[in-house]
Amino acid sequence: MKASNSLWKDELAGKMPQHLAREIDIFETEITLRKQGKLDERLFAETLLRRGTYGQRYDNGQRSDGKKVQQLDFPSGELTKGPNTMWDAPGMQRIKIPAGGLNAAQLETMAELAEEYSDGIAHVTTRQDFQLHYVHIDDTPALMRRLAAANITTREACGNSVRNVTACPYAGVCQDEAFDVTPYARALSRFLLGHPDCQNFGRKFKPAFSGCVQHACGLTSMHDLGLIAAKRSNPETGKEELGFELYVGGGLGAVPYQAKLFDSFVPLHELLPLAQAIARIFARHGEKKNRNRARIKFLIQDLGIEKFRELVLEERKILPYDPRWREYIEEARPQEEMPLKPSGELSSLVIIENLNGSSEDFRHWLKTNTRPQRQSGYVTVTVALPLGDITANQLRSLAHIVRRFTRESVRTTVEQNFVIRWVSKSDLPELYKRLRAVGLGNPGAGTLVDITSCPGTDTCKLGISSSRGLAAELRRRMTEKSFQMDQAVQNLHIKISGCFNSCGQHHVADLGFYGVSRKIAGYAVPHFQVVLGGEWSHNAGSYGLPVVAVPSKNIPQVVERLTNRYVAGRRDGESFKDFIKRLGKAELKTLLEDLTRPPAGDHSLFSDWGDPREYTLGDMGEGECAGEVVSPVEFGLGAAERELFEAQLAFEGNRIKQAGRKAYESMLTAAKALVKIENPNISDDPDQIIAEFRAHYYDTQKFFDPFAGGKFANYLFDAHRKANQPYTTESARYLMHEAQLFIDAAHSCNNRLGTLVTA
Amino acid sequence: MKGISTQEQHSVKFQHVNVKLLLNTPEAVHLDAVIPVFHGWIQEQVFDELLLDVADYRHVHEGPGIVLIGHEADYSLDKTDGRLGIRYNRKAPLEGNNQDRLIQATRAVLNACIRMEQDSRLNGQIAFNGQEIEIFINDRMLAPNLERTREAVAPDLDTLLRKLFGSTTYSLEFTTDPRKLLEARIRASRAFSSSELIQNLAPEGLEL
Repeated sequence: MKASNSLWKDELAGKMPQHLAREIDIFETEITLRKQGKLDERLFAETLLRRGTYGQRYDNGQRSDGKKVQQLDFPSGELTKGPNTMWDAPGMQRIKIPAGGLNAAQLETMAELAEEYSDGIAHVTTRQDFQLHYVHIDDTPALMRRLAAANITTREACGNSVRNVTACPYAGVCQDEAFDVTPYARALSRFLLGHPDCQNFGRKFKPAFSGCVQHACGLTSMHDLGLIAAKRSNPETGKEELGFELYVGGGLGAVPYQAKLFDSFVPLHELLPLAQAIARIFARHGEKKNRNRARIKFLIQDLGIEKFRELVLEERKILPYDPRWREYIEEARPQEEMPLKPSGELSSLVIIENLNGSSEDFRHWLKTNTRPQRQSGYVTVTVALPLGDITANQLRSLAHIVRRFTRESVRTTVEQNFVIRWVSKSDLPELYKRLRAVGLGNPGAGTLVDITSCPGTDTCKLGISSSRGLAAELRRRMTEKSFQMDQAVQNLHIKISGCFNSCGQHHVADLGFYGVSRKIAGYAVPHFQVVLGGEWSHNAGSYGLPVVAVPSKNIPQVVERLTNRYVAGRRDGESFKDFIKRLGKAELKTLLEDLTRPPAGDHSLFSDWGDPREYTLGDMGEGECAGEVVSPVEFGLGAAERELFEAQLAFEGNRIKQAGRKAYESMLTAAKALVKIENPNISDDPDQIIAEFRAHYYDTQKFFDPFAGGKFANYLFDAHRKANQPYTTESARYLMHEAQLFIDAAHSCNNRLGTLVTA
Repeated sequence: MKGISTQEQHSVKFQHVNVKLLLNTPEAVHLDAVIPVFHGWIQEQVFDELLLDVADYRHVHEGPGIVLIGHEADYSLDKTDGRLGIRYNRKAPLEGNNQDRLIQATRAVLNACIRMEQDSRLNGQIAFNGQEIEIFINDRMLAPNLERTREAVAPDLDTLLRKLFGSTTYSLEFTTDPRKLLEARIRASRAFSSSELIQNLAPEGLEL
């Protein structure tokens, strides 16, 4: 689209790393070939993904405008950039930032690109990447060249590849870390980028590094490959040795898995070859056909960690020696970041005199947004971004500020913020003033108002509910009173995903929400499933469980009610997670029950936050809200929800067998509810329910999710196949998650069928 | 900044013009009221350009505000630099010369402004302040924010502004931060209505 696109190649010749320049030239050629019809659209689609170029909502050329489905007549007509993806439809560009580390010039580059190719906003993701939205595919080679000239790549930012290698943003300055993991995160990123052994995965592969076990910053438990810094006394030499606790097979997604310990100590020089061996085993044995079971977590679940370890170690033995294993580690040896300014202390007199009446705000900001470094006299400063968004002007200002106060030490975080490192304490008032002047001095980093959200229905094709809309609304309501809240509430985390796929990391929040749809009075209504009791600390130490689905517009009341109850009812020192566990599912459901039902005649529930369009209008009949008619299917789905709830209660009571059985039965009940539409005389025989569900809904693809396909139906088939096997705590927990997703999918299927009837 | 070797060959032929009209009483404008208006424009596809989506950035400090995303161009209620205005961002290249492209973008933003001024859902909240316009060139390759470029584009801007304001005098000031887009801030010495400006721009009965 940009008239200047063709000029950047010459302009930046010699200024880009050669391998990146070559890569982008190839990509540009592939674009040309695709335009000429000489490159298959499926192949081209994966090519795009491996360059970090992703589709956006409505890129199939259709959009519901609130009254009808509108055809978007793009100028390039039928030309596609992937199956059912129109060439001209704007897309998302993801940009990898290994370990989140940036310098000032890179921030300025990001500002330029946001302005010239996007809508003026750069978005920080929950994996320390950047994303630009509404980017035209024809602009991407120029955009990539400008990034390459700043030594940034988009390669393998999406697709079935090794994604951005994330790391604790406090690495190197943290009080509690074993050592600085940054250089090793960069070495691994460099080693695996484009590695031949990483080109044949069935799904993505996400590595993460943490400097310690106890904090959340690295989130290693929810990653495919998690590495926690460790030290030991070398058994042979007796000298202190650095290495990693290595975990594999974690992941959020629809059903979250905790990573399993592979090795309690992997020496530094073994990091790269062992990662390579893991990649080989994943590529060789991982699922390829069914992408819903293609993450490494499923391979490890199927093989068992012992067998997986055995395969990897055997592979490690036969790996051809690669000198880069040592070179990259040696080259990455800590080049310690240095401060720009002498260390200092913060005088209380300075606070009052220099801040022109904003000293109270400054005190709040100091409390929540600064953190002492290991190095005396220095702190880190968190720049809290609302919804992870930052403008081009703010990026330039931030670049100026990090040059002024540090040696350009700034990192993105998985909480969608920035951390400025090596700030002298004596500079804090001046730094605060400068941040505040450009709207980057918001207090509340890491607190209840610092809400994480994926893009949701704003731009994501998979979004079901408006996660950003809800996040913005919660933030707006809570920001002003956040510092009057009880301290225990201030420290809670809210995380929101627009669908079950967990990009907003709802499983590891105190209060998590993910988008689902439900039918109320014949209307499709955006909802969020409430997920409580997840643990953010201990590298995302445990996952929450779904409690109940509530209309989107009632979620602020859910937050208010739960936090009030926590303040009133918690015991001394009791965490929210423990409080939720003590309260129990039954009590929680009772607490929130009335919020699942809309007040009669309240039409606001039928649109989502920040979007006045009526939600999936095609589902709506002619009747008024008050004229509620509940179909037998809805009764059946309600019964399934109740059975799942009973399963959760049994799980809470450590009645694992009963929990597993009930979860399975809830799936059968939901399936039967749908089958009844086709066969009102369906029996209770599980085999018959499964057979008829398969015939009427799976083989016909009526049950298929538009994007996940038959994934949720397969949960049912798997559960049925394993119905006579004993349930373990782990398998029952997974099954409850799967049952919830199956029931959600049954609701969606029922909504879609309603569309067909009324359209 | 980029080098200027390639730019020198293309230094005065620019594309991707942005024009922003500053609003009266910006403190009275509620951006949330604009969201349904933009959705309505998509429903009715009110312009020749293909309109696609609405992006809500109310939560961002001095950001793009509410953006109506289009294929050829975006329209926004933009708060950049704390100056609220209606902004037109031409994304697709246009044929013609610099003057044609300046006129196209100015006409587009004035059309959008008139629509908003007349929209009953906005209760008169949105009105051009009559005097202040900002013009940006959203392409650093074609128009880097350098003294040389500013001198080169000044005559084109002058021609446009004489069309718009007639004999009324105006001031024009460029921002000079080389990291930022090339930007001119213009202030007429008297107030104009948006209808008056669009008439001035197309006095020969051209389609408005």
